[in-house]
Amino acid sequence: MTDTVLNVAGVSKRFGGLQALSDVGISIQRGQVYGLIGPNGAGKTTFFNVLTGLYTPDTGTFQLAGKAYKPTAVHEVAKAGIARTFQNIRLFSDMTALENVMVGRHVRTHSGLLGAIFRTPGFKAEEAAIAQRAQELLDYVGIGRLAEFKARTLSYGDQRRLEIARALATDPQLIALDEPAAGMNSTAKVMLRELIDKIRNDNRTILLIEHDVKLVMGLCDRVTVLDYGKQIAEGTPADVQRNEKVIEAYLGTNAH
Amino acid sequence: MKHKKIVVFLLAAIGLLVLPLVLQGVGNAWVRIADMALLYVLLAVGLNIVVGYAGLLDLGYVAFFAIGAYMYGLLASPHLTESFEWFAAMFPNGLHSPIWVVIPVAAGLAAVFGVLLGAPTLRLRGDYLAIVTLGFGEIIRVFLNNLDHPVNITNGPKGMGQIDSLSFFGHSFGKSIEVAGYEINSVTLYYYLFLTLVVVSVVISHRLQLSRVGRAWMAIREDEIAAKAMGINTRNLKLSAFGMGATFGGVSGAMFASFQGFISPESFSLMESVMIVAMVVLGGIGHLPGVILGAVALSALPEVLRYVAAPLQSMTGGRLDASILRQLLIALAMISVMLLRPRGLWPAPEHGKSLPSTKS
Repeated sequence: MTDTVLNVAGVSKRFGGLQALSDVGISIQRGQVYGLIGPNGAGKTTFFNVLTGLYTPDTGTFQLAGKAYKPTAVHEVAKAGIARTFQNIRLFSDMTALENVMVGRHVRTHSGLLGAIFRTPGFKAEEAAIAQRAQELLDYVGIGRLAEFKARTLSYGDQRRLEIARALATDPQLIALDEPAAGMNSTAKVMLRELIDKIRNDNRTILLIEHDVKLVMGLCDRVTVLDYGKQIAEGTPADVQRNEKVIEAYLGTNAH
Repeated sequence: MKHKKIVVFLLAAIGLLVLPLVLQGVGNAWVRIADMALLYVLLAVGLNIVVGYAGLLDLGYVAFFAIGAYMYGLLASPHLTESFEWFAAMFPNGLHSPIWVVIPVAAGLAAVFGVLLGAPTLRLRGDYLAIVTLGFGEIIRVFLNNLDHPVNITNGPKGMGQIDSLSFFGHSFGKSIEVAGYEINSVTLYYYLFLTLVVVSVVISHRLQLSRVGRAWMAIREDEIAAKAMGINTRNLKLSAFGMGATFGGVSGAMFASFQGFISPESFSLMESVMIVAMVVLGGIGHLPGVILGAVALSALPEVLRYVAAPLQSMTGGRLDASILRQLLIALAMISVMLLRPRGLWPAPEHGKSLPSTKS
């Protein structure tokens, strides 16, 4: 299978005296869940922010679904086809769950001010399609019955699901989840894992940044391990688990 | 339920249509108060787009009111023909633009200024944005105050007078008309004009709220970073919010100029901007019925208090000054509203529904 969704090579980023990333590269195939792990301060989030256009990289080439893209502006990256969620959930908390997902459709729809003011037939049709798609996505992640509730009144786990539904609404090539299991108990994690599995089975591609090694190992098709901004291992979860450098990074070296 | 809504709506419509005719019987001053209240509603609904929907605290909104007013002043007063010979040669009778020209031009010009003044503030948020917009509001006023030399454009602090009343199919709003033997005053005619504009603006604002663009504005208000991550071009959408909000201010300003017949920079002070923001916040930020209520309450209250403060003054044997007493009462009213109803007089409903007890 050579259907590469994301191909990133030679990414470096320096903050003053700190080399946060040096020559990191990953390649993700369609339908994969790709894990990015590493100890605290390894550069996972920096890499993520570079990928999604929040930070400008010093070097690196970026390709999404065969097309080169420049991660220079966050909204352009979303338009190109990477949708993300946030480690500390960022929903539009005073809007309803449905409206949150409807905002996700923004980038794939077109009606403007005049269409809205005059309620043109085109505008109405588009609005109806947006609402319908948003409701479908809420049903898909399992919170369809909460459509009319304000986002901030949802439980933590449902907020995670809502964030994922909102990301899916942008019709992304790649869904990037930033520590989705953070702050979840084990039951919630199992349910999250089921959801991610379901999304993968629909031939979508996921980049997963995660602290929880167990979740990553159980879920991912391939894993990259970062440590001090360097890529110390890449491969299947089983390979990576046996890698000396990875064990060293997580557990430290044996005392001689 | 639906029938009940229609009945309430019809009663409100009839009430609003009959109101000036009743007030006219009491005195034209009362109709004028209602007229001004409607202009403030127009301003508050416009500012609500910027502050309420997009969450951009704009403390210089009165600038667009001023731009609309001065634009109309220039188009409809003899000022230009008096100041510039070449202009007098081109238009010997002066410009007397009809309402069909005035409203779109005022809206368009204000929108342009809205975008121009919005552009430098795009990276600012919250308090910093408020300070910069406050500065822009003052800059516009200072310009109006000083553009009387070397070329006399605005006539400076002396202001512009002899501004035409608006005309509608050749009939001027400045003269009263007779309908079925009943005299309708100029102020009442203006009332109906302003009421029409308010209705149109409320419909536009409501439609925008329930649209793709409106949702994007609200997304920016709620969380700008998340909005960007959803592919929303925050720069363009913020500019469109500034521009759209400004149009209402511009139209309102043009109406104000024609209604008063005289404008000077004094009418466009910082205090006006603050009052408009107060109307939006006091009424219920982002919620149209609340914003309208806030605008009516805050613009009518000072006028009504005129009639209350005087008796209070005489009761205390003239020891209390009426104007000070009036300000004191307004301040007290505002403080108590914000203490008792911190989300505004008529806020947007807190929750859609209460959450079902079963957890997923």
